[in-house]
Amino acid sequence: MIDGLVESVPPGVLLIVAAIPVVLLPYRLSQAVMLALPVLGLMQLLSMPAEYEQTLRVFDYALEITRIDALSRVFGIVFYIAAFIGVLYAAHQRDRLQSAAALIYAGSAIAAVFAGDLLTLFVWWELTAISSVFLVWARRTEAAVKAGQRYLVIQVSSGLLLLVGAILLHSDSGSLAFEHIGIESVAGWLIFLAFGIKAAFPLLHGWMKDAYPEATVTGTVFLSGFTTKLAIYALARGFAGTEILIPIGAAMTAFPIFFAVIENDLRRVLCYSLNNQLGFMVVGVGVGTELALNGTVAHVFAHVIYKALLFMAMGAVLLRAGTTKASDLGGLYKSMPWTAFFCIIGSISISGFPLTSGFVTKSMVLSAVAHHHYLVISLVLLFASAGVLDHSGIKVPFFSFFAHDSGIRVKEAPLNMRFAMGIAAAFCIGIGVFPEELYGILPYPVDYQPYTTTHVVTMLQLLLFAALAFVFLWKTGLYPPELRSVVLDIDWVWRRLLPQAWSGVAEAWMIAQGWLLGHAVRVRQGVIELTATHLSPWSRLGEPWPTGATAMWAAVLLLAYLLIAY
Amino acid sequence: MSDESIDPDDGTKGEEGWLDRPGSVDLIIKGLIAACVVTVAADFFYHKHAEYAFQQWVGFDAIFGFVAYVSLITTAKGVRRLLMRSEDYYD
Repeated sequence: MIDGLVESVPPGVLLIVAAIPVVLLPYRLSQAVMLALPVLGLMQLLSMPAEYEQTLRVFDYALEITRIDALSRVFGIVFYIAAFIGVLYAAHQRDRLQSAAALIYAGSAIAAVFAGDLLTLFVWWELTAISSVFLVWARRTEAAVKAGQRYLVIQVSSGLLLLVGAILLHSDSGSLAFEHIGIESVAGWLIFLAFGIKAAFPLLHGWMKDAYPEATVTGTVFLSGFTTKLAIYALARGFAGTEILIPIGAAMTAFPIFFAVIENDLRRVLCYSLNNQLGFMVVGVGVGTELALNGTVAHVFAHVIYKALLFMAMGAVLLRAGTTKASDLGGLYKSMPWTAFFCIIGSISISGFPLTSGFVTKSMVLSAVAHHHYLVISLVLLFASAGVLDHSGIKVPFFSFFAHDSGIRVKEAPLNMRFAMGIAAAFCIGIGVFPEELYGILPYPVDYQPYTTTHVVTMLQLLLFAALAFVFLWKTGLYPPELRSVVLDIDWVWRRLLPQAWSGVAEAWMIAQGWLLGHAVRVRQGVIELTATHLSPWSRLGEPWPTGATAMWAAVLLLAYLLIAY
Repeated sequence: MSDESIDPDDGTKGEEGWLDRPGSVDLIIKGLIAACVVTVAADFFYHKHAEYAFQQWVGFDAIFGFVAYVSLITTAKGVRRLLMRSEDYYD
């Protein structure tokens, strides 16, 4: 009976249903229950069979509201861990709107991962969009409200593309099942595009670097975890082995790192870094072999946690110092040593140093690519790996906690934040030291050894010499200084170009209208003058005509009429 | 909340961190150089199992890492000239 009840609720739904009642409880109780929810959710997931399906009949359609398999299960597990860490990180905060939005957002992302058909996926897909925007709006600044609006439009559009694609697919094949889709049909392309928006493909990525840094201190931590990784899951489910993903992913690893070098807001730097990390995953999905997909899923697992850790560290800096602008920070290790320490753990993990989570997961993707001798892609990924060391490995911790002493003296991050960062840091090291624990839950059997001499030495060479290059550039003054600035990116198109083009069109219309009106006045004047000249009693037409002439004209007219009639 | 505010007066009078001590930074840099030397030297003592032939070269990843980093930063500085705007650009 209890078993049946536990299984009848799709994973994630518990968080959604409980969200609003829970935040209405008294503060302490509410925090306790909120922390318990992801734990209960994870226990529910782990207690369910490793392969499980549940269908719900709605009218003539059988919706597969729950589908647990090896792929969805890993995503579910890491999403619950991320939800727990996020809730703990936000526990000092008394903002009911944010708490409820965060729970619904996490819950709907989890439910989406377990959706077995495209319609169910669509519902949860849109709920992640709608709930997550409140984490941006909750910052309650004008910039956040506007960025949130832009974010929502793009996110909801992604859902609409998914819906249209699903309907087309259904009319083609008669099935709504969310299995391999591929890009052989229009429906496939629409769904590919829908996933690509959320996965922040190149040129579709603007929403993330626009909205995430505008969200609240705690909101960005949640945002960094779910939306984009849900998209990676969806790509892995629907488009594994789709070769076009390989160049797309490689481009994603490479181009954001240039922006990350020159961006001043460190939370925005982390967004570019997130975009770069997604690239490795997209490449893995594109390669599509068991090793590549295992690598992708493992990288998602590691990434969700170290990326949350980095956003938590920068969130703590934002909370205490009031800014995350690199140009204004520096020397914070003196006042926030714990945060600095945890940030460095996140930094070495994302950079992929041996004994951290990034090393044991990213190397799987790199090996899978090299195994197929995609030479150019391998070199791009290697270049991007050196780039990760710059923006997330060095820039984020260096300019906030070290560099020159900005003179800012603040309190260390609240205790709950330090605990949340500590747990994430423990995962980063734990996965790095005991990778077989993570390998054990991957979708395919793992026959991979990360700690070979070749892997360790080559990775250390790459990272240490890149670090040496930083020292060289910094000491010689060639490293670009952090400047208060904005760096234009693709969101410029809809924040500046389109509004300006629109006002250009409006202006042209005004001018055209003025010209037409001016002419209309002149034409009217002309008609009046013409009438006045020719039809006045003194004019040629207006003067009394002789009867004979009139009769003759009447006869001519009648004759003409007769001729025409015949 | 008072604990969230910045106290600018406190700045320069703050306690000395271990990085402010002369020699600390140099020590870190020396350590880094030593580690770099060790990783390249290690290439002589094992057989590399690389997928590409050029990866077998001694110190390939070291040179690649250094060159990639420098070219990344140099290119980004060029990109900055093109794309950087004042902070209130979108306001």
